[in-house]
Amino acid sequence: MSSVIFDAPGPRGRRRIMAVNVVGVLVVLGVLAWVVWGLARQGQLTATKWEPFATASAWENYLLPGLVATLKAAAIAIVTANVFGLLFGLGRLSEHAALRWVSGAVVEFFRAVPVLIMMLFFYNVFAFSGAVGDPAFYGVVVALTLYNGSVIAELVRSGVHNLPRGQREAGLAIGLTPAASLRLVELPQALIAMMPSMISQLVVILKDTGLGYLINYAELLRQARLLGSSNANLLPALIVAAVLFIAINYTLTTVAERVARRLDNRVAGGATIQEPSIEMETPMPRSRT
Amino acid sequence: MGELLGSYDILGAFLVNVRLTLWSALFAFVLGTVLAVMRVSPAPSLRWAGAAYVNTVRNIPLTLIILAASLGLWGQLGVELAGRDSGDFIATNSFRLAVLGLSVYTAAFVCEALRSGVNTVPAGQAEAARAIGLGFGATMRLIILPQAFRGAIAPLGNTLIALAKNTTVAQAAGVVQAASVMNTMMEFRPDLAVAIFLIIALGWVAIVLPTGLVTTHLSRRLGVAR
Repeated sequence: MSSVIFDAPGPRGRRRIMAVNVVGVLVVLGVLAWVVWGLARQGQLTATKWEPFATASAWENYLLPGLVATLKAAAIAIVTANVFGLLFGLGRLSEHAALRWVSGAVVEFFRAVPVLIMMLFFYNVFAFSGAVGDPAFYGVVVALTLYNGSVIAELVRSGVHNLPRGQREAGLAIGLTPAASLRLVELPQALIAMMPSMISQLVVILKDTGLGYLINYAELLRQARLLGSSNANLLPALIVAAVLFIAINYTLTTVAERVARRLDNRVAGGATIQEPSIEMETPMPRSRT
Repeated sequence: MGELLGSYDILGAFLVNVRLTLWSALFAFVLGTVLAVMRVSPAPSLRWAGAAYVNTVRNIPLTLIILAASLGLWGQLGVELAGRDSGDFIATNSFRLAVLGLSVYTAAFVCEALRSGVNTVPAGQAEAARAIGLGFGATMRLIILPQAFRGAIAPLGNTLIALAKNTTVAQAAGVVQAASVMNTMMEFRPDLAVAIFLIIALGWVAIVLPTGLVTTHLSRRLGVAR
């Protein structure tokens, strides 16, 4: 790897880097050993703590239903969030000032309120009114839709704004109305450019389903906790849940990067990948690498 | 309604969120800076360790991290971050465990924000530093980081806002703050849920919007003109 921050190391530099490497590896191993030793000393590494995960019942009764619940909520939320995002994103690009203003206010409001606050609110409302069968599930989906839909609305807006001006001008020059130019020329390209960011947004949605734990939605985390309490192996259960989350999200991130590279030459502005951030306050396309 | 508002300390609850935000921001900033320097350093082992940290932590739900701090570190391993004899042991300990979880999580995003800040520094700056004979440490400390911090104000501001909102997840560690107070109020008066939600939501808008405006303003004022 070449970097502009440091020179290609000479013999002395290489020796020093070697020394840092050795120290670095030792420190990492030391930290790992400390963690493992700490866990072992507390009796967390005994076979009885970990054996339950090799049984079919742990997976059939706890982890897989939890995983399915997590994926179900995330899948529905991503669809509804995209619909919401498209509607309000277009609203913010509208020719009508009133529509623009209302869409802007809605989007800014739902981006400013923490997802958990919305989840607790909808859960309480659904549970109190009895309007829906499973208040926890709908609470998770509605809250994730409103928040992520607002983020996607911003993605749509920035996707259209990031296109070179000439695209719109060309549309107008061949006699399209502004609305038709948006619909036929700009939006299709913006949607392709947004694709990687949308996949990254999946990671955010999937992670945020974990908040469903706090309103007793039986998602992966809640199920892992249940499994952990029934087998008295809470910590191993949390670790297994974390590994599952990391595996899924890391795969999604990798897919997003691949898609970004493949779509790069299909739009005038270039496809942009967005880091899966804790949230996307101002969607900021990163410099392409 | 007025009676309901009077019987709950909403402002005090928001103050807990603000305190969680400030402490976590401090620790996350320090840890995130160390990680960012590791990720651009000449030593492969440090680069690898930094990348491994970021890729692991940012793919785990925050709820899980807070739970691991509260149920795992404290409940299972007996790690305590407050003195037993202090008057409010449970509250202080939960608060500090939540700060620990939030800092560990946010540091990964601070690291990425700083790395995007490093990317805004033109290559010529680093080349000039090397040309006058500065090593990696001096180049980072004197040339790259000061400009990177200024270039990273906007993404750091977004991370700060996200952190502020994420402090509600301290609920998972049992820290009483805005989210839990709202939940208690709604359980007590479900018929007023919408009004309660709007009041709490306005509180968040009042925290988030000014923070966004200030960081945008700062990023314009302090950003290095190129």
